[in-house]
Amino acid sequence: MNAEGTDTRGPGERTDTRGPGGRTDARGPRRGRRIGYRMATACALAGAGLLGGCGGGGQSTLHPHSGPAHDIRTLWWWMLAVAGVVFLGAVGLLLLAWMRRRRPGLPLLGEDEGATVGLVVVFGFVIPALVLVALFVVSDLGIRTTEAPAAGSTPLTVEVTGHQWFWEIRYPGTQAVTANELHIPVRTRVNVITKTADVIHSFWVPELNRKQDMVPGLPNRLLLYADKPGVYGGQCAEFCGAQHTHMGLLVFADPPQRFRSWLANMGAARVAPGTPTERRGEAVFQASQCASCHTIRGTPARGVIGPDLTHLATRSTLAARTIPNRPGYLGGWVLDPQHIKPESKMPGFNLSGPDFQALLAYLRSLR
Amino acid sequence: MATAEHAIPRPQIVARGVQAPARGWTSWITTTDHKRIGILYMVTTFAFFLLGGVEALLMRLQLTSPHNTLVTPQSFNQLFTLHGSTMIFLFVVPMMAGIGNYLLPLMIGARDMAFPRLNALSYWLLLAGGIVFYSSLFFSAPEAGWTSYAPLSSSAYIPNNGVDAWIYLIHLTGLSSILGAINFYATIANMRAPGMGWGRLPLFVWGLLTYSVLIIVAMPLIAVAVTLLLTARHFGTHFYDPSNGGSPLLWQHLFWFFGHPEVYIMVLPAFGIISEILPVFARKPIFGYKAIAASTVMIAFLGLLTWAHHMFATPTPIVVFIFVMLSSYVIAVPTGVKVLNWLATLWRGTVEFKTPLLFAVAMISLFVIGGISGVFLAIFPVDWQVEDTYFVVAHLHYVLVGGSVMGIFAGIYYWFPKFTGRMLAEGLGKLSCALMWLGINLTFLIQHSLGLDGMPRRVYEYPDIAHFQLYNIISTVGSFTLALGVLVTVVNVARSLRHGVVAGPDPWRGNTLEWFVPSPPPANNFDVIPRVRSVEPMKDIRRQIERQSPVADQAPAPTPTPAVPA
Repeated sequence: MNAEGTDTRGPGERTDTRGPGGRTDARGPRRGRRIGYRMATACALAGAGLLGGCGGGGQSTLHPHSGPAHDIRTLWWWMLAVAGVVFLGAVGLLLLAWMRRRRPGLPLLGEDEGATVGLVVVFGFVIPALVLVALFVVSDLGIRTTEAPAAGSTPLTVEVTGHQWFWEIRYPGTQAVTANELHIPVRTRVNVITKTADVIHSFWVPELNRKQDMVPGLPNRLLLYADKPGVYGGQCAEFCGAQHTHMGLLVFADPPQRFRSWLANMGAARVAPGTPTERRGEAVFQASQCASCHTIRGTPARGVIGPDLTHLATRSTLAARTIPNRPGYLGGWVLDPQHIKPESKMPGFNLSGPDFQALLAYLRSLR
Repeated sequence: MATAEHAIPRPQIVARGVQAPARGWTSWITTTDHKRIGILYMVTTFAFFLLGGVEALLMRLQLTSPHNTLVTPQSFNQLFTLHGSTMIFLFVVPMMAGIGNYLLPLMIGARDMAFPRLNALSYWLLLAGGIVFYSSLFFSAPEAGWTSYAPLSSSAYIPNNGVDAWIYLIHLTGLSSILGAINFYATIANMRAPGMGWGRLPLFVWGLLTYSVLIIVAMPLIAVAVTLLLTARHFGTHFYDPSNGGSPLLWQHLFWFFGHPEVYIMVLPAFGIISEILPVFARKPIFGYKAIAASTVMIAFLGLLTWAHHMFATPTPIVVFIFVMLSSYVIAVPTGVKVLNWLATLWRGTVEFKTPLLFAVAMISLFVIGGISGVFLAIFPVDWQVEDTYFVVAHLHYVLVGGSVMGIFAGIYYWFPKFTGRMLAEGLGKLSCALMWLGINLTFLIQHSLGLDGMPRRVYEYPDIAHFQLYNIISTVGSFTLALGVLVTVVNVARSLRHGVVAGPDPWRGNTLEWFVPSPPPANNFDVIPRVRSVEPMKDIRRQIERQSPVADQAPAPTPTPAVPA
């Protein structure tokens, strides 16, 4: 899945992993009528090789953008400082013991037991006990601010369900369903209900809050809050099987106005295909296996195994933040997903050139 | 003791009708001699250590670039499952059993373990577990991680039989450990030399005692857990299935009720090894014998109360978290007492810079880092961020590689002369220690940063953000440095087996009774079992010899070289 090995194949592929926001450029093989299977695979390979550029959401616990994450970071730095002193103390004593040793060969003399006992009691017992009491007091800080919001206490509730290996996102009270890209209004407390459809996953957006396991049968709540508009990275933190690696998430904190229009669009049915090619694409989608796993609202496709695709083209990444949502990648993903994400539930499709082109055009039209 | 009243300085004990010691490979597979079983344990587990190490190196190589294709995703998942399970169930725990097997009867003045045949059975169960586990490589290796969380490990999500091989590994090695632990406990409780009360037990034996008690208490829990998993996988039970009244958290509670004491099962004997080595090379009695022994017991007890700190991210009431946070904190206190007692032992001692001491000091410095990062993880708001990231990987490796493995290596350098009658080379030993210490810090220190930057554990690729790749490369370079350090010791052992300096019975002027017998010890260990009058019986014996005056009411003045049956 290394981009280097495939550069010669995809003529238009260039890579640029520098910028945030997925500024990767990989033009798909859209020229010829007959789509070379190998070429699409090459795209897929290149795509997989570029996930670094996808979405660009940072995910460092040390760059918090919310109250809870900020408090945990503060706690962390305090602890590191205290631990640093304790560690330097221990190493200092070790070095001191080393340097103050008697010269070899001298006979064993009487010890000043009292001083040594004092040393052990002070450094081995009193200081650790004091440090631990202090830490207990300050850790209360982190416990309070990360607390889950009470039901109904926030202006917005979102339901996130972990699947092997993608995130299903619903906005209760609306028709909106999407996957892998969670939009929230900035500077607004959002109550996230975390659930799982299969094994244990862990919902984790490091810059916004703690992680929380999604345990079957035990739905849970988590506060999400972003102090600044932007894209924040997240990832499943509990090993959940073959593709645990590629179970990424992006959180978009949008200005409220933009969020509202996004949500309204998400709640709507799919945009009816406008061109003959797109109409043909929709027919291909319904006739092939696609519809048995995916939902496109406004069409008979009602599958629930894969992510909802009603507004696929609005997303910036595919396959749970594995590859950018660009034509080349999308084509590669449809033809050979097992190359990009082995053991994912999506099978590859061997479509004729025109059908494939039509399907791509249709999927690209789902805004 | 027939010669007690004669009180002659050099008793000539003539053994009649003794069978010649058995030779050849059949003598090894039929042996019930604790020393041979100990060697079988040590050689077998060291081989598994090398296998687990190769698995680790493959993973480190895979992670040198963000989208490496050295191993497939499935292979990567199998590698970390194999690596974790091997190192824990086939290396550290049974290695402690091996070292303990060899030394326990010698240290307490017994002629063998309490149940020699059970002892042999323990070893063969271990080997069977290892063979069953590794034979899965030819079919389908387990890929659910060493924790095999339900429901991921159920047949609905991993239908192949890799998880079953893992279950049999747990069953067989668990049975081996439980039987071995019962044997240790019975031996320590009943077969100590005259005069060796609980207050004169060598500290390594205290370590083995707590190791045994923890195994007896905790191991049956994992046996239950994997049995339930086995029935769920094959006979349609639903213990971990919430849709049928079970709970996935049941697995985590059972697993970690075993899993956390397991950490102390692995590290307390290593503490014991360090406590044996420091006074010998500081040429000064261990400081605070009672405090160290008591802190060992305290740590073992508290270690049974903290398991839920592995479950901080699960939906569980905060009050439970506060309890386990406090109990986890409190462990820092006896641990601190222990470390300070070690430092006080070195303090103003006549320190001899020999390899075992170097490993012991390296172990202390590394374990302190692992202990401190453990306190970070006990604070659950912090844990909520760093759990399941490379921060945890760094922490557990500082404890298990920095603590247990360095302790084991210290023990190997210290007791190799007793095991084989030959010394390991000092130069190679010091080189090995330096490389391993450097390698551990290079590999694992940077992983704290990786975790804080948001890299989860158990991923075969990672996004090319922050300094992920740089940190991973540093870590990989470190892992090869560590491997080189281990290799140097392997070379050292191979060389010294034939060419090492002949050690004699007591090359280090040790404190405990194993140095009383020749190296390697004869099959029956002791012709005469000396009376123990302090924590350091060999010091008394040496003093007694120096005075050249046998004490009437004691055992006949023993010499470091009792007569050996030919």
